[in-house]
Amino acid sequence: MTPELAFLGQFGDAIQFIFVGETSREGTQVGGSQFLELTWEHVKLSGLSMAIACAITIPLGLWLGHIRRFSFLAISASNIGRAVPSLALIAFFVAYLGIGFTNLTVALVLLAIPPILTNTYVGVTQVDPETVDASRGMGMTEPEIVARVELPLALPLIFGGIKTSAVNVIATATIAPLAGVTTLGDPIINVSGYGDTGRLAAAIVVASLAVLTELLLSAAQRAATPRGLKLESDPSRRRRLPTRIGRAAST
Amino acid sequence: MPELLAQVQLQDRSTSEASCIADNGFCPSWIADNLDRYVDPFVQHVFLTLASVAVGFAIAFALALVAHRHRWLIAPIVQVTGIMYTLPSIAVFFLLLPLTGRGNLTAIVALVAYSLLIIFRNVTAGLDNVPDETKDAGRGMGLTDRQLLWRVELPLALPEIMAGLRIATTTTVGLATLAFFAGAGGLGEQIFADINFKSNVVVAGGLAIVLAALLDGLILLAQRAITPWTRARTA
Repeated sequence: MTPELAFLGQFGDAIQFIFVGETSREGTQVGGSQFLELTWEHVKLSGLSMAIACAITIPLGLWLGHIRRFSFLAISASNIGRAVPSLALIAFFVAYLGIGFTNLTVALVLLAIPPILTNTYVGVTQVDPETVDASRGMGMTEPEIVARVELPLALPLIFGGIKTSAVNVIATATIAPLAGVTTLGDPIINVSGYGDTGRLAAAIVVASLAVLTELLLSAAQRAATPRGLKLESDPSRRRRLPTRIGRAAST
Repeated sequence: MPELLAQVQLQDRSTSEASCIADNGFCPSWIADNLDRYVDPFVQHVFLTLASVAVGFAIAFALALVAHRHRWLIAPIVQVTGIMYTLPSIAVFFLLLPLTGRGNLTAIVALVAYSLLIIFRNVTAGLDNVPDETKDAGRGMGLTDRQLLWRVELPLALPEIMAGLRIATTTTVGLATLAFFAGAGGLGEQIFADINFKSNVVVAGGLAIVLAALLDGLILLAQRAITPWTRARTA
């Protein structure tokens, strides 16, 4: 271990493992550049699952929110999603459909859908009905209203759902080796080839990946929030509305 | 003689079972015979969930009450608990191992850390949503700040507080399936032990889902019982 990291103890070893790596008992290189490959596989799996989930769910949530129907389905989706443990979901897929990148991606898409669906639906339905009426009065067609009024106003909540899902998918991709996909979970599940240091190193990288994703999506969320909504959420400028109903409408 | 008969029956059943297990089918008879192996993990799962949610609620509730008096604390508390919420529990289990070792403590610390943001946010939102007029009326009746908090604000915030508790509980049941990585057992250990065997996965995974739904329903019933006025309003 380099002397600069010595004070960190096992964490120092793990950090060295991430950047330099070592030779395992079987003689293969673990850590270092090999971790880069694991990270890339982890990001690829999570990114693909999130992209598919967003492509399916956001249009569906926008449409359901616009017609203001099936609210029970949209709201309870995230309740049901929360009740199904990610390990159980992956296990169902492994036991019934088999292992592999495709099956695992489908499982992660299913995991990612509920928070995005609920947040998109709620985001659209809480747009002030007067705003929608005004847009209709200006001669906008229904698709235009969805795309140019409801979607921008719902964006902060949609991003909230995407953040929840993305972090959850990255966390769950850690157990992907159970389904035969070699992600950063490999040192955690197949600890024999990496040792405790490799496992701790993988935990550090997974945690950093989750925090980084959260920060990036938060920045994207701020950038995508319409200026009018930003003014409203700025407490120094917000007019205190007297009733509960009024306050709910203002958020 | 009856012993022999029993043995024959046992053998008979085990051959049909053996073929079911060999085909990796869904074997109700295997499940019936092996249900007792899930009892201890289930009990451990309940323990992990209840202990984590109880500690998490105590900490988050106390933080929310302090932040209710000192509003500037809300932002830093949300930021710190937000980072804890973002860190995947499976990673936190291993990050804690060098510090707290393998076992229940590591698992509970990680699960508590995860639940703080959910509960804190809901308690704070509940207290903030109490109408100003109601608080003014309470003050007009001569209530002190402390009385106002315990007799007016907290009862009115109960639906949101309980909603937070429900979310935290179902989430913790799910995350506790990973607690075996921290050496704390639970239903996840059973899933992991034989992940290719359908019967095993269905029972262990199913029990986790049933537990989540059961605890969710219990909290909802408790909420109905202690907030009778909300029923009158919706009726």
